[in-house]
Amino acid sequence: MAILLTETTKVLVQGFTGRIGTFHAQEMIDYGTRVVGGVTPGKGGETHLDRPVFNTVRGAVEETGAEASIVFVPPPFAADSIMEAADAGIRYCVCITDGIPAQDMMRVKRYMRRYRAENRMILAGPNCAGTISPGKAMMGIMPGHIYQPGRVGIVGRSGTLGYEAASQMKELGIGVSTSVGIGGDPINGSSFKDILELFEADPDTDAVMMIGEIGGPQEAEAAAFVRDHMTKPVVAYVAGLSAPKGRRMGHAGAIISAFGESAQEKVEILKEAGVTVAPNPAALGQTVAEVLSTCRTAA
Amino acid sequence: MDIHEYQAKELLSEFGVPVPRGGLAYSPEQATYRAREIGGEKWVVKAQIHSGARGKAGGIRVCGTDREIWDAADDLLGRKLVTHQTGPRGKIVYRLYVEKATAFEQEIYLGLVLDRKSERVMVVASAAGGMEIEEISASEPDSILRVSVDPAVGLRDFQAREIAFGLGLEPSQVGQMTQILIGCFRAFSDLDATMVEINPLVVGLDGHLVALDAKMTFDDNALFRLPRISELRDKSQEDVRETYAADRGLSYVGLDGHIGCIINGAGLAMATMDMIQIEGGEPANFLDIGGGASPERVVKAFKAVLADDKVEALLVNIFAGINRCDWVAEGVVQAVRELDLTIPLVVRLSGTHVEEGRRILAESGLQILVADTLADAARKAVGAWRGLSAAA
Repeated sequence: MAILLTETTKVLVQGFTGRIGTFHAQEMIDYGTRVVGGVTPGKGGETHLDRPVFNTVRGAVEETGAEASIVFVPPPFAADSIMEAADAGIRYCVCITDGIPAQDMMRVKRYMRRYRAENRMILAGPNCAGTISPGKAMMGIMPGHIYQPGRVGIVGRSGTLGYEAASQMKELGIGVSTSVGIGGDPINGSSFKDILELFEADPDTDAVMMIGEIGGPQEAEAAAFVRDHMTKPVVAYVAGLSAPKGRRMGHAGAIISAFGESAQEKVEILKEAGVTVAPNPAALGQTVAEVLSTCRTAA
Repeated sequence: MDIHEYQAKELLSEFGVPVPRGGLAYSPEQATYRAREIGGEKWVVKAQIHSGARGKAGGIRVCGTDREIWDAADDLLGRKLVTHQTGPRGKIVYRLYVEKATAFEQEIYLGLVLDRKSERVMVVASAAGGMEIEEISASEPDSILRVSVDPAVGLRDFQAREIAFGLGLEPSQVGQMTQILIGCFRAFSDLDATMVEINPLVVGLDGHLVALDAKMTFDDNALFRLPRISELRDKSQEDVRETYAADRGLSYVGLDGHIGCIINGAGLAMATMDMIQIEGGEPANFLDIGGGASPERVVKAFKAVLADDKVEALLVNIFAGINRCDWVAEGVVQAVRELDLTIPLVVRLSGTHVEEGRRILAESGLQILVADTLADAARKAVGAWRGLSAAA
């Protein structure tokens, strides 16, 4: 199985014919992803990478039956592209674009609420490395070969730290069911909790590695979900323990910020919720291995 | 991006927020001239730096005569002010704002900020504004009014009225407060702000509301569509090392340690810094070289990190996805030759085209310590730095 993306998922590429879109679409195709076409307004009717180009996402979905899309559109136009995908009936959208204005993302999130929960598109990103179900399909910019197929889910904000986790796991012979980048932006599509929910329900995932970082409320929210609803073991790491307190202007941020936004506080909250926290970023794979072997012994 | 108080006041007044009369001054002569232009009997000379809490640091002076204005201006210009918001390095005063003094009976706190939890703009207000607002919000959190704004319809009048009545304002002032709140929200929304703050917003002795201070911070990601805001940037208020890097498209934050870091991705950068600290070293900086790093970009990153003369060892940690290890390796070799590097250098490459990258490093014949893993890289960098400091 895997979550969100398998070898049968029909994928569209938004920003298909651009330099970056072309390069990564080719990588995705080479990995085995079922890329059915792309969207570049004004280039509809052309063929690119042996696949049809459409002017609109709606047109592409009607013709190809695409269920997922990946966005490589530049920051000024990316929010619009995500809304277009949501409106055209895309079920899963990965936005790679880095640098989208925060208020644009605020509007995207509000716009997506127009649709009933069961029809609502799931968004991962922006500013993420993408999603990969190793051995099946890849929607993203990651080096596919560092992921071994297997039964541990990965969810993380940072792309490269996610690669670090996957390669440390591979060193120890541990494979990945699906790895989902949720992106580093302050306002993002799916949260840690949203993805943990999917992993908990996935019969092919036995445990989850969660890679957080300083800032924002999402790790604390995820900890509450793990405590109350997860039966599968979760291993976490929170980057930024050594980060200095940021400089800032004004008091408003301090007034609304709650307990649980520093790396140290997040580690404490996660541990209290029963999450195993890796002691350092070089022990991500080792910690997953230990947790898995404890589970096997217990079973 | 941050701007100065006087710039924020000018912007907010265009959105209907009342501010006192004032003018900018770069010299004591200009300051006294400004005061005469404004008229009245009492003025405030205010240091313009990108920080709050200026009053506590001595950056705000109330003056009653030309002589006092001259002396205040003379004393403040060129002075370094250190507040808990500037960090220990402080900020230097190059501009003054001279403003008519306002007598008031109450100080209100008003802030608008992007709230990550609700993913909306949050309006925060308190009837106890002024210098102790953070302490009050910690000790009496219930005294702070909070309203979340639906991005589809913006801040509504009724929400603004709820805040105004909640602050205990007189009915005659509620209309003024509503106008100020709606104006602040429109400024926030139209100008892609991430923070708007008025502290204090005062109720004058005449019953009118006036913004005595104003701060605005803008979303760097939105500057492409805000040319007018970009022009307000004042590089004198930024860390020179950070400005140098930012102008070259690198994300850099200067720190106080001795091990320089060049890494791709913010998460891996933070993790590497954590690892350096676990091994007993201190990072000199955070640097995210970003995706698609060309050899030229790597050379620029070396220059940015080495501009800090506290750097005694260098660690390059690249896990290439969108990047390519061979390009990074070429950049490293080029940088070492071009900059005549004499401090120890540790390089760890992983991911796309890693074999090619390692071959380029090995064939260069340069003194480069190659590491295989994150742990190995941090250990070698700290070890090399220790060896150096032991030898010195």
